[in-house]
Amino acid sequence: MATIKTKNMLAKVNSVIARRTFSTTKPAAAKQMTVRDALNSALDEEMERDERVFILGEEVAQYDGAYKVTRGLWKKYGDKRVIDTPITEMGFAEWNSGVGIATGAAMAGLRPICEFMTFNFAMQAIDQIINSAGKTFYMSAGRVNVPIVFRGPNGAAAGVAAQHSQCYGAWYAHCPGLKVISPYNSEDCRGLLKAAIRDPDPVVFLENEILYGVQYPVSDQALDKNFVIPIGKAKIERPGKHITLVAHSKAVDISLEAAKELAGKGVEAEVINLRSLRPLDTDTVAQSVAKTNHLISVEQGWPTCGIGAEILARIMESETFFHLDQPAIRITGADVPMPYAKTLEIAALPQPKDVVEAAKKLLKIK
Amino acid sequence: MLPSCIRTVCKNQIRSNKALGLISKSGYATEATFETKPYRLHRLEQSPSTTVTLTKEDAIKYYTQLHTIRRMETTAGNLYKDKIIRGFCHLYSGQEAVAVGIKATLRPYDAVITAYRAHGWAQLMGVPPLGVLAELCGRQNGCARGKGGSMHMYCDHFYGGNGIVGAQVPLGVGIALAAKYNGTDGVCITLYGDGAANQGQVFEVYNMAKLWNVPCIFVCENNGYGMGTSAERAAANTEFYTRGDVIPGIWVDGMDVLAVRECFRFAVDFAASGKGPLVIEAATYRYSGHSMSDPGTSYRTRDEIQEVRQTRDPVTSFKEKIISSNLVPADEIKKIDAEIKATVDEATKIAKADKEIGLDELSADIYSLNLEPRIRNVDPFTHLVHKRIGPAVNFK
Repeated sequence: MATIKTKNMLAKVNSVIARRTFSTTKPAAAKQMTVRDALNSALDEEMERDERVFILGEEVAQYDGAYKVTRGLWKKYGDKRVIDTPITEMGFAEWNSGVGIATGAAMAGLRPICEFMTFNFAMQAIDQIINSAGKTFYMSAGRVNVPIVFRGPNGAAAGVAAQHSQCYGAWYAHCPGLKVISPYNSEDCRGLLKAAIRDPDPVVFLENEILYGVQYPVSDQALDKNFVIPIGKAKIERPGKHITLVAHSKAVDISLEAAKELAGKGVEAEVINLRSLRPLDTDTVAQSVAKTNHLISVEQGWPTCGIGAEILARIMESETFFHLDQPAIRITGADVPMPYAKTLEIAALPQPKDVVEAAKKLLKIK
Repeated sequence: MLPSCIRTVCKNQIRSNKALGLISKSGYATEATFETKPYRLHRLEQSPSTTVTLTKEDAIKYYTQLHTIRRMETTAGNLYKDKIIRGFCHLYSGQEAVAVGIKATLRPYDAVITAYRAHGWAQLMGVPPLGVLAELCGRQNGCARGKGGSMHMYCDHFYGGNGIVGAQVPLGVGIALAAKYNGTDGVCITLYGDGAANQGQVFEVYNMAKLWNVPCIFVCENNGYGMGTSAERAAANTEFYTRGDVIPGIWVDGMDVLAVRECFRFAVDFAASGKGPLVIEAATYRYSGHSMSDPGTSYRTRDEIQEVRQTRDPVTSFKEKIISSNLVPADEIKKIDAEIKATVDEATKIAKADKEIGLDELSADIYSLNLEPRIRNVDPFTHLVHKRIGPAVNFK
């Protein structure tokens, strides 16, 4: 059943194909899809596929979602499968209780998708995410698995200040029992959200608010209803040979920008999109470093005990260390709470130029 | 049933819970009738009945369950003192009537979730004595292979066994929501104590359960103390059965298994017929301290504990009831006692001698679908291998 968005997209595709036959220039790029629509279509298809899948969260139903990711779903599936929850912490998640309710429903065999308005609010509910959802399978010696997805925007947005800008990637990736995904573009979001919903274990799905409205090309394959990307496998977004840049989510964007600039200086950077934080695909990173001999990890989150710290530690402990010509380093958010003032906010987050300068330093170029 | 007639004619007998009923040829009854303490109601017009009947068959069944839990908990206490059980151990002695009374009313597809004072519930929901005792001792025949311990026992329709105070209450609402979602009339019995009853998350889910008409029966086991703090010192409103506000509530004498059963016949029917949640307060008592590390005498007097044991013990008072009503002869009770002792002693012997699972199971069942190529060990030089052993009931 095609949504209105899909129909429009197919219409666009048809017009692109039609244009191709008459054009002598290179064919237009593959279909474009915003991250928001990618998530929306994945949710829609998975709800259609499996009746046990349902969504709970604040403003997900009648409001169409705080960030409109669930737009149209309540109209299509109704009250039973798209549930608005009151703004309560422990109960739901920002609403610990709400998250608790969703987790209980998963223990009883349903497949809930718990939306957080942002993951900052999940701190109130984090006991349910980690202690109830994350650990129950192990504590029950493999009896009660918890097939739940926790999703919502994570990390820095724009101008929302300290309490609404934290990246929780490291917090959740820290815990065995959880799977943690941090997708980048629309294909990532489609394939990984579907994988997360189909996964029998608790999955934390960290989206990015800034990327919701951004369009990315989506292949035909990615539009298929059964398009699933394996959790725990990174992707080489841009092959290169002089230096490895490894990142997740928005930082992939930053790294690709930096790579473009470096290319102008004759440096071919290999950009790895982690896609998942747990499992963390260090094998792909190791293979890349064996080729490039230089590594920079790029992230927006805080440096202390962060994702970059983990990547570097693993490289350090393995024989990949011996492939490094220079110490591996991290480019991260500054170790400060997020300020509101615009120029300070920009200075608190890594920019492409920061990655470029770091690469030049490591490669000893002017 | 002629309740008013009984009341006028047999006032004294009622007070001492003597029974009136059918007498068989041998002089023993096949059925007996008793009176319970009255229930207290909140936003309810109808009440569970204070007149309850008991068949001989049920008398034996409930007595066996009550006494088994009592014996198991005493055994657990001793194993803890011998340092064979480690960590936390929260005993249910004194509260048995609540669990046995509730279980008597559940259909096979109803669910139960409770906090950490869970050994009695685990048994009633289907974990055999060895499964409980071996789990407490951390051995491989434990119901969670020794990986969960006292606070994390699970079986069909029983969701533990939860260590974080109050966290099980939202989970219970979720389980009840699933029953409704699936179109069954199943309910979820969601238990918590007087301490947890003041938690914010409980009130959040009261609101949602009522708003969405979820078949969750909230049960506050008020044993008078949240660890070392009496209910009066912790709660501005100690009428826990009213704390659900617009949710109807019932107070029941939790030391009387028949009162509990009658109350929950009402409650299960209420929730299962789509009338929404209830908050039941079962007034009960625990003989032990909060856990084995709490002697339980610094915040209450020994006299108080003795008084409950002598006048309101759920096991012995039930025993007296069924003997004096001629429902079950005293020597049959003796036989049951001996059988229970033998069963529990045997299970204890096996549990104590049982081995722990192998170290290879350290990294078993972290995920039902493991995607990690290697599980990190204590050092970076060797790695662990993930294994799948348990049934993963929600896998498909």
